[in-house]
Amino acid sequence: MKPFTYFRAQNADEAMVQIRKPDSKFLGGGTNLIDLMKMGVEQPSHLVDITRLPLTQITEYQGGVRIGAAVRNSDAANHALIRTRYPLLTQAMLSGATAQLRNMATMGGNLLQRTRCYYFYDPTLGECNKRNPGTGCAAKTGVNRLHAILGTSEDCIATNPSDMNVALAALDAVIQVSGPQGDRAIPILEFHRLPGKTPEVDTNLKVGELITAIDLPAIPFATRCSYLKTRDRSSYAFAIVSVAAAIDVDSGNTIRNARVALGGVAHKPWRVPAAESFLTGKKAGEPAYREAAGLLLQGAKGYGHNDFKVELARRSIVRALTDAAAVRV
Amino acid sequence: MSNFVGQPMTRVDGRKKVTGEAKYTAEVAVANISFACLITSTIPKGRVVSMDTAAGERVPGVLAIMTPFNAPKLPPAKLAPGGPSTNRVLTLLQDDVVRYANQPIGVVVALSLENAQQAASLVKVLYAAEPHHVDFESSLTTLFKPDKVGGSKAQPDTSEGDIAAGLAAGAAQISHVYQTPFEVHNPMEMHATIAVWQGRDKLTVYDATQGVCGDKQRIAELLGLRPDNVHVISEFLGGGFGSKGPTWSHVPLCAMAAQRVNRPVKLVLSRAEMFGPVGLRAVTRQSIAAAAQKDGTLTGLRHDTVAQTSTFDTFMETASLTARMLYACPNISTSHRLVKSNIGTPSFMRAPGEAPGNFALECAIDELAYAVKVDPLAFRLKNYAEQDPEKKRPWSSKSLRECYRVGAERFGWSKRPLEPRSLRNGHSLTGWGMATAVYPTNRSASSAVARIGKDGRALVEAATQDLGTGTYTVMTQIAADAIGMNPEQITFRLGDSDLPETPVSGGSQTAASTGSAVYLAGQALREKLVQAAVTDARSPLSGVSAQDISIDRGRIFLTATPAKGETLQALMARQPGEFLEGHGDAKPGEEKDKYSMYAFGAQFAEVRVDADLGQLRVTRMVGVFGAGKILNAKTARNQFVGGMTWGIGMALMENAEMDTRLGRIVNNNFAEYHIPVNLDVPTIEALWVDEVDTHVNPIGVKGIGEIGITGSAAAVANAVFHATGKRVRDLPITLDKLL
Repeated sequence: MKPFTYFRAQNADEAMVQIRKPDSKFLGGGTNLIDLMKMGVEQPSHLVDITRLPLTQITEYQGGVRIGAAVRNSDAANHALIRTRYPLLTQAMLSGATAQLRNMATMGGNLLQRTRCYYFYDPTLGECNKRNPGTGCAAKTGVNRLHAILGTSEDCIATNPSDMNVALAALDAVIQVSGPQGDRAIPILEFHRLPGKTPEVDTNLKVGELITAIDLPAIPFATRCSYLKTRDRSSYAFAIVSVAAAIDVDSGNTIRNARVALGGVAHKPWRVPAAESFLTGKKAGEPAYREAAGLLLQGAKGYGHNDFKVELARRSIVRALTDAAAVRV
Repeated sequence: MSNFVGQPMTRVDGRKKVTGEAKYTAEVAVANISFACLITSTIPKGRVVSMDTAAGERVPGVLAIMTPFNAPKLPPAKLAPGGPSTNRVLTLLQDDVVRYANQPIGVVVALSLENAQQAASLVKVLYAAEPHHVDFESSLTTLFKPDKVGGSKAQPDTSEGDIAAGLAAGAAQISHVYQTPFEVHNPMEMHATIAVWQGRDKLTVYDATQGVCGDKQRIAELLGLRPDNVHVISEFLGGGFGSKGPTWSHVPLCAMAAQRVNRPVKLVLSRAEMFGPVGLRAVTRQSIAAAAQKDGTLTGLRHDTVAQTSTFDTFMETASLTARMLYACPNISTSHRLVKSNIGTPSFMRAPGEAPGNFALECAIDELAYAVKVDPLAFRLKNYAEQDPEKKRPWSSKSLRECYRVGAERFGWSKRPLEPRSLRNGHSLTGWGMATAVYPTNRSASSAVARIGKDGRALVEAATQDLGTGTYTVMTQIAADAIGMNPEQITFRLGDSDLPETPVSGGSQTAASTGSAVYLAGQALREKLVQAAVTDARSPLSGVSAQDISIDRGRIFLTATPAKGETLQALMARQPGEFLEGHGDAKPGEEKDKYSMYAFGAQFAEVRVDADLGQLRVTRMVGVFGAGKILNAKTARNQFVGGMTWGIGMALMENAEMDTRLGRIVNNNFAEYHIPVNLDVPTIEALWVDEVDTHVNPIGVKGIGEIGITGSAAAVANAVFHATGKRVRDLPITLDKLL
């Protein structure tokens, strides 16, 4: 690991000043950043610890809920407001990582979790455009069982590995940030990027910007939900495919509203508005879910080892919507 | 008489372990220590042209950077093919050749680990890469027949009867190819070594090793030292699974580094460095053809294994051995072949041969049972081998029939519909599968000493190791019974090459080998105590005939009148010497020529499979074993359950993924190299049947460290077939194979 300096910020102003030092990074729970520093992928010269910032509250906000960026994943997942209003987020977060990691990981940090692509994670493993722009993508023709099938580019087929982000995408979360140019709000779907020609840039966060909170809007039907995660073992495994689904069905079994986001399939949580508007007004049931799955997976393609993900995603979407509709609220 | 052997005695070292008092190798405090880390190759084949160490050397605290260009020259390596089978060929910076990815090509020593690691990351290595082949397919051109295979140095090929005629004679035939992937031992405790020189020619090594005596010999041989001048200590191990059996390159490299910097050096491998330089389970491709009559009688069985090995060693994964002896069949043919690849050399991994071999064989038997529509358990009973079909000898003991019976009953096997895919509830498919477990009973020459002092406490010693299996505890129990003392009155010492010589803790042989020596040592001490009592004028037993005397729970007395006697402490207090001692030397005898010796077991598994998503979980497992005398009901259950859990991982998860272009394992960490987590492990019932074997060794022990694995992967795979109707013949069974 490259030597670095460390500063524990007590408030946001202090943190915003510190982060202007060259090669600085904010440090949350460190579950991903420290790991990447040990691997030599991230090499910051200065770490600004923001876990002591007063960003650890979960409060009702404008009919919804605001979660401070420094709240630990396990605290958010188990908070009464989240459990009762947004069980989808609870399910997603509790399916991620391990209890020990969730106890450390922060909400803001999880938003910025980097890909688990083998070729990104180990600097000695040859080319990676995300780690070392312009070198190429070893994953496209390498071991890519866990890689993306949607929104890929010639330069990168990495996935966003977070479970939390998938649920946030389905729930239309809004990310609050503070920066040198002031505060702004970024809708979750505009927060993460597709790789395109610049896979080294994961998000639209600007240099020096600090995530302060995640806002969840009121969604009355958000409790009729299911987070489905397929994986190679029961815990401590990244999603092969995951689906965050919420559905509103009237007494006549007609779909009033639906939200579906996919994880493990793309560089960002995958949502397709056309699939959701298609569902609106349809009879709830497998035929409609299948068609919606087709819309969600339009253009999906595998790279060899991950070819199966397309069919697995299709089946997972149908299952998640079925399970969500079966929830009695 | 008391019988501490067999009781579920709590580990004598348990308290030390949970309080942290037990010091594992990396935790041993040594004055003036410095820290080393490896530089390993990032290519699988070629040469190291140069290593620019200048930037690394400028890191504060760096003491030395040892490379192929400046490492001390060692005496010519002795690669005696007749040497111990644990002697692997090493890479010790003696040339610039890269033979596999992750091969040690340098050692950095610094005053802190962080400094060493940073310096290592700054060393610029220039390679001249050469074309490589790491995958099975592209290595097939190198196919060859090894001379001898496995720890038992068996013939690679056997043929019994007429295999072609046998296969043709069946009413049904099956012929399939089964494949198992690279697997990596990955004990929780990394390999770790601390080297401390005393002058130029004496060396103390704290080493995470499964064999302190072999390690000592090997280190001495590699460094050109007298074996008497090498002292190896290994008091606690956090697992080994075979990977700590051989002495690997980092051990002599650590000693070489300590000599270079003239102070003690500690070298602990990283998790990533566990993938390559310290052995792995080779890929196997196994072809099995078998035929049976309508009633299930086997008429022919052919098992051909091709396994990968490295380009510089000849380790063979002996997957075809079990087919020679497990079932009565007049026509059996087996073979072993190797292909050479540019990989770190494969080596013994928990149940080497049996684990992948029984997966294939026991799946094939299941397939053949289905081909003739016979219940898989009934099929196995139909072909029950009453004697060893290979060696034509009687079994020293065999309780497999009883294992099948008890296991089937506990599991509820009789309620199983034969038809696959018939246990369905919504989208959940349930399947039941079973398989036979088998593992040879091994033992090697071993010694021990038992000594009782004036305080009436006994110290029993043998060089041996405790891998976490419970050696400290079971040896204490054996000694307690053999001498006639309470376990609390005995201290058992191990993990020190200065103690009486013992073999490697491999092949499930420690209890049988060293347990027998401890038993004999205890008996010898007991005789000395009896002699001391009858010849001591002040003893209440003075002049009594020796055969009329008993010793039990630390008291020596007249058998017929137990009140007449005294404590061993009272007896010892009057002895002229400081202590009395007994020696035990146990070694295999003619029993191995008269009997075939194996432990057997029956394993049953239930799985649930999501019919749409392929998600698969093991929901229930039962294993019943006939493994001779069980020394400790608690630690034995631990071994069986651990082995069966390993089988779940082997069946469903373990797979070191190779990028064939780079020649490197890419999932070299615990986040992505999957082994079962708690949620993946259901309630596992591990039972055993009483088995008295008077032939195997003086204590009737068969060894239980490995047998637990040998049926469980097949039982799970067979359950998957029963659930889904789908045969997955290449491990691991991941959900994509079930879609």
